[in-house]
Amino acid sequence: MKQIVNISRRSFLLRSAVVGGGLLLEVTLPKSSVAEAEQASAQAETSPEVTAWVLIRPDDTIIIRVARVEMGQGSFTGLPMLVAEELGCDWSKVRAEYASTSEHLRRNRIFQTMLTGGSRSIRDSQEYLRTAGAAARLMLTTAAARRWGVPGTECVAENSLITHTPTQRQVSFGVVAAEAATLDIPENPPLKDPADWTLLGQPAQRFDIPDKVTGKTAFAIDTRLPGMVYAAIAQCPVFGGSLKSADAKKIADMRGVVKLVPLEDAVVVVARESWWNAQQALRALPIEWDFGEHSQVSSDSILEFLREGIQLEKAPVSRQQGDIDSAFSSAATTIEADYYAPYLEHATMEPQNCTVLYTDQRVEVWAPAQNSEATAAVTAETADVPVSRVEVHKVHLGGGFGRRGMHIEFVRQAVRVAKTMPGTPVQLIWSREEDIQHGRYRPVALVRMRAALDAAGEPTAWTVRQAEQSIFSEVRPHLIRDGVDIVGVRTFADAPYAFPNMHMEYAMRNTHVPPGPWRAVAHTHNPFFRESFIDELAHAAGQDPYQFRRTLLQTPQASKDLAILDAVAEAAGWDSPLPEGVHRGIAVQDSYGSYTAAVIEAAVNGEGELTIHRVVIGIDCGSVANPDSVRAQLEGSVVYGLTAALYGEITIKEGRVEQSNFHDYRMMRIAEMPTVEVILKPTGGFWGGAGEPGMAPLAPALCNAIFAATGKRIRSLPLKNHDVRPA
Amino acid sequence: MISLTVNGTEHRVDVSSDMRLLWVLRDILGLTGTKFGCGMSLCGACTVHLDGEPVRSCVMPVSLAAGKKITTIEGLSTDGSHPLQQAWIDHQVPQCGYCQTGMIMSAVALLKKKPRPTEADINEAVTNICRCGTYARIRAAIHTAARKVTGG
Repeated sequence: MKQIVNISRRSFLLRSAVVGGGLLLEVTLPKSSVAEAEQASAQAETSPEVTAWVLIRPDDTIIIRVARVEMGQGSFTGLPMLVAEELGCDWSKVRAEYASTSEHLRRNRIFQTMLTGGSRSIRDSQEYLRTAGAAARLMLTTAAARRWGVPGTECVAENSLITHTPTQRQVSFGVVAAEAATLDIPENPPLKDPADWTLLGQPAQRFDIPDKVTGKTAFAIDTRLPGMVYAAIAQCPVFGGSLKSADAKKIADMRGVVKLVPLEDAVVVVARESWWNAQQALRALPIEWDFGEHSQVSSDSILEFLREGIQLEKAPVSRQQGDIDSAFSSAATTIEADYYAPYLEHATMEPQNCTVLYTDQRVEVWAPAQNSEATAAVTAETADVPVSRVEVHKVHLGGGFGRRGMHIEFVRQAVRVAKTMPGTPVQLIWSREEDIQHGRYRPVALVRMRAALDAAGEPTAWTVRQAEQSIFSEVRPHLIRDGVDIVGVRTFADAPYAFPNMHMEYAMRNTHVPPGPWRAVAHTHNPFFRESFIDELAHAAGQDPYQFRRTLLQTPQASKDLAILDAVAEAAGWDSPLPEGVHRGIAVQDSYGSYTAAVIEAAVNGEGELTIHRVVIGIDCGSVANPDSVRAQLEGSVVYGLTAALYGEITIKEGRVEQSNFHDYRMMRIAEMPTVEVILKPTGGFWGGAGEPGMAPLAPALCNAIFAATGKRIRSLPLKNHDVRPA
Repeated sequence: MISLTVNGTEHRVDVSSDMRLLWVLRDILGLTGTKFGCGMSLCGACTVHLDGEPVRSCVMPVSLAAGKKITTIEGLSTDGSHPLQQAWIDHQVPQCGYCQTGMIMSAVALLKKKPRPTEADINEAVTNICRCGTYARIRAAIHTAARKVTGG
């Protein structure tokens, strides 16, 4: 049997989660897997696998496999819609089920990728899933044609029925599925013209929702296994520190305590009966930490470090166009401003957790992770077993938001613990405090922007110096080019605004605080900086902020930004009068292949109390699978984005995170929910993302509304730190 | 031994008296529809009813629940037929869904007291946190269920 050879931890992790890439492992079938395969093929006799994506039972039930994970975005329904549209099946008989990770690996990545992130599930799968549906349809009609001894071209499939057009004979999918499954899969079946879609683009009820209102949905944290024990963890409060000692004797007599498992930077208490027992013992456990070299770092010292990045004479260039020096020397007006955004934590409602059953034969894992292939890889590496012996049970996630894509240290921790007790399932759960204080944070960023306007108020030059922490320098070094994190500079380096002269620089300022992709990644803080600054320029030029943007978006490459800006301005009634005291702000941004804009109406009273009355947010994501899911993603983005703008802030003191739970890391609640109007403007011809793009225009539209209301320009977030009483 | 009545069934559990009700429900009785979110009564994912009143079970010592009628999401209906569960489906409320059982339990308690709640009533009663941001749909679903139950 081949084993995994010489894969270092870093390269392994890199490979395991690369978008569209995947693991480069050689996998062969161990004996237990052969038995499983035999069992699976026995089952396949009753559910013929027409293709890897489509199984059809004799009773016409259609099973469509889903490779990505459902974490709230609706792709457990939207992805099957892509297949079903081309399959020509009866949608009411479709069931979704997760594609098995081990089968994916056994069958040479037959499900393409299992990564869920980057707003990619629909847009990156749409072509191969529609093709899979079309291929299965062709196989079914071919099987029916053979049965009837007629040419396949005379047979059509619709609503799970195949009709021989000349004779009107009919047969259902379930009857011919077994024969269809024996045929070769056609490689390039023709796809429908989008104009002929009947399922795609129509709102569909989500498959996962009925069980989510009864409590039947089993998230990873709900895994229940016979004899399972529970594990609670404390990680070194200072990032980069390590465990010195923990006195197990002090908790040995506490209820349920089984053992203590020391890790390099953490300590785990395992207890029987309940996680409560483990957590109580952990709280009573005397722990000594070696805080390492970062225990003096604070938010202030980090800000100073960022300022040095701003003041560096030179930094790697992310964009250069024209001649800024002459533009500035001939400028009638020069505007300069510094903007800042803090660290943010994801705070998925389901805390990090992982259940592992380690035995001599195999390792089974239940984890709320965004890439089950990476979960398998991390498990195999940590347990030191071939990945063919790992079974990852796929479950819906209680939120993801980027927290658990590349970073699944909770899997590693749970495997470490489970390996010390073969045969006993272990459920590790992080407390909320561990979650807030050991996240993978949206990086801090300080940006200095300058712009030149000529005597007519026309913008002539724009410079940007970003001093930011890089998310990817350690985990995806290929995304760093000549010192520039190519993801971190998005919004600036690819800004659609037609400034004739531009110069942009990126000073990477990495701290000891671990960064990670937070919903929309660079497209949360960067749009706040850019779209607020554009607003400053509009006011300096004495122009309406909407019209000022329009003027800068007249190039062909900016046409979709312009169109969504116009659509949202029109829907919001940009030029219509508002009630006294209510003011509007506007912003536009393209991201993840989609185009979004927002208008926010807000008021600030004499005490500085902010009220958000109305949010109009629009998206052009090109094509839409399930419009209700896109709508829901934008509604949700409003809450996630405004929560960050209003309250979101992780601060550092003595090397550690100061916040610990929802009392000091505050979330918007229903009482603060403004009226939200979502405008869907899919213009066709492309597929953009939906989970993240809605985040981009929110903070700047809000802060621009606050400026309109108060004359106060908000240049740092969150708003809770500002006195916004009218100037 | 502590005696608990959960969803109409009596259980005798051998746990420490200060164990929080949430963990008794989840780990001892296997009722995992009630969720752990914060452990500090801040997010409401663990909301259950104690004699019809909504409580945050993550901070409730099990001893205080002894002898009282405990209702969890599993006891609301066996098939998702409760008007609020139906309204939740009609409005396609859940995204990730993790907080939603707690949300529904908060909403059920609200409608018991105020069959036709105002916006302010909802704001006051439903203080649970949803990170996916389903608040607008939650509000709409509560009104829909209220209309259905009160007949208009």
